[in-house]
Amino acid sequence: MSRIRVLVGTRKGAFVLTADAKRRPGEWAVNGPHFAGWEVFHAKGSPADPGRLYASQSSSWFGQVIQRSDDGGASWQPVGNEFVYEGIPGTHQWYDGTPHPWEFARVWHLEPSLTDPDTVYAGVEDAALFRSSDGGKSWQELAGLRGHGSGPRWQPGAGGMCLHTVLLHPKDPGRIVIAISSAGAFRSDDAGKTWRPINRGLVSEQIPDPTAEVGHCVHRIAMHPSRPDVLFMQKHWDVMRSDDGGESWREVSGNLPTDFGFPIDVHAHEPETIYVVPIKSDSEHYPPDGRLRVYRSRTGGNEWQALTDGLPQRDCYVNVLRDAMAVDALDPCGIYFGTTGGQVYASADAGDHWAPIVRDLPPVLSVEVQTLP
Amino acid sequence: MKPAAIRVVLPAHLRTLAKVGGEVTLDVAGEATQRTVLDALEARYPMLRGTIRDHATQRRRAFVRFFACGEDLSHDPADKPLPLAVANGREPFVVLGALAGG
Repeated sequence: MSRIRVLVGTRKGAFVLTADAKRRPGEWAVNGPHFAGWEVFHAKGSPADPGRLYASQSSSWFGQVIQRSDDGGASWQPVGNEFVYEGIPGTHQWYDGTPHPWEFARVWHLEPSLTDPDTVYAGVEDAALFRSSDGGKSWQELAGLRGHGSGPRWQPGAGGMCLHTVLLHPKDPGRIVIAISSAGAFRSDDAGKTWRPINRGLVSEQIPDPTAEVGHCVHRIAMHPSRPDVLFMQKHWDVMRSDDGGESWREVSGNLPTDFGFPIDVHAHEPETIYVVPIKSDSEHYPPDGRLRVYRSRTGGNEWQALTDGLPQRDCYVNVLRDAMAVDALDPCGIYFGTTGGQVYASADAGDHWAPIVRDLPPVLSVEVQTLP
Repeated sequence: MKPAAIRVVLPAHLRTLAKVGGEVTLDVAGEATQRTVLDALEARYPMLRGTIRDHATQRRRAFVRFFACGEDLSHDPADKPLPLAVANGREPFVVLGALAGG
């Protein structure tokens, strides 16, 4: 029987949650904290070898550490943590609009290769993309991203100038889509050598030119592997969709109660079924009306349905961060998300019913799921 | 010159990372300075590289402090000789996280 392994990154360590394919509430094993006391921005397993995991461990005291497991999280070893920008780093815009030198702060997102367990991408703050081809021992910047021309105009979002999304095309190994807060989305068609912005159709009233080539605060992009040219985006405000690999975007917020939010994800078997968690506003990072609701669209956007069964419907003021939602590959599809209040909720029926796996973890930064044979 | 045995006390999170228990004792060739002690520490425990000093600049991370003999040595030059009591192993060189770091 298949098993599910949920990798949870929190403000004070990582947790590994496991269950059998029934995914029943109360039947999950909770293992952790790993790297206790450190922030774990993200942990993710290799699609090519589910025993191989990578985790980003950091602290304001001691900086960045990358951990690797070769046994599904039972044991970990620190690997390389030297992230050096290629050449002269140059400047981006600081919060006050002045030029500010690129400074490495932390790894927000680790994206293992679809085919090689030793190859993994790291999206970092200040925004850049790094790649390791030796299992995380050494890291090289894909400097064409920062160097393509618009870098000096990028500026940080409230959480820092982070590269948080890395989407690897399942059939075309040259194509990589990334997203940066708050610069926007970018695409490479030559395995990361050269890049260009893909933000046509995005409208952001928070920047001087709302339709500028860069400067958009993209919070998350999701893709279904069967249709890699269809991209779904949760922007600062607005839920967006592209049907041409990001060449153009259109808004699909439809009847959402608010179109601000952080995560967005796609059902494992229904590429037109997508999920978001509406958040009241950019200055009120909690659900509208104190009711935690996941919204599901079965039409690829525009028409949304609130999913509430098992989620708190009063006095709930948590947030769900951009990397804190994931889906499993079982049928029916399981949906998982973690909150800043330390709950990890799971639905074993595509969102119809929810129950917490754990209620009292540190604030959750990221959730990833592995479906194990 | 016989290497000096320098005692180093690490903060709990770095002891965990380096998989060591209590104090670490390091043989430091030449004069004991912040730089030579940290060089020896990182050579023995490579996983600590980048956690105390920046990889590129070798500067102390902002929220790390160095104490010894009841003094804060954090702002001393990296090549300044450490106190004699540290150099001869009577007192440890203490690496710790600043109160401000948490």
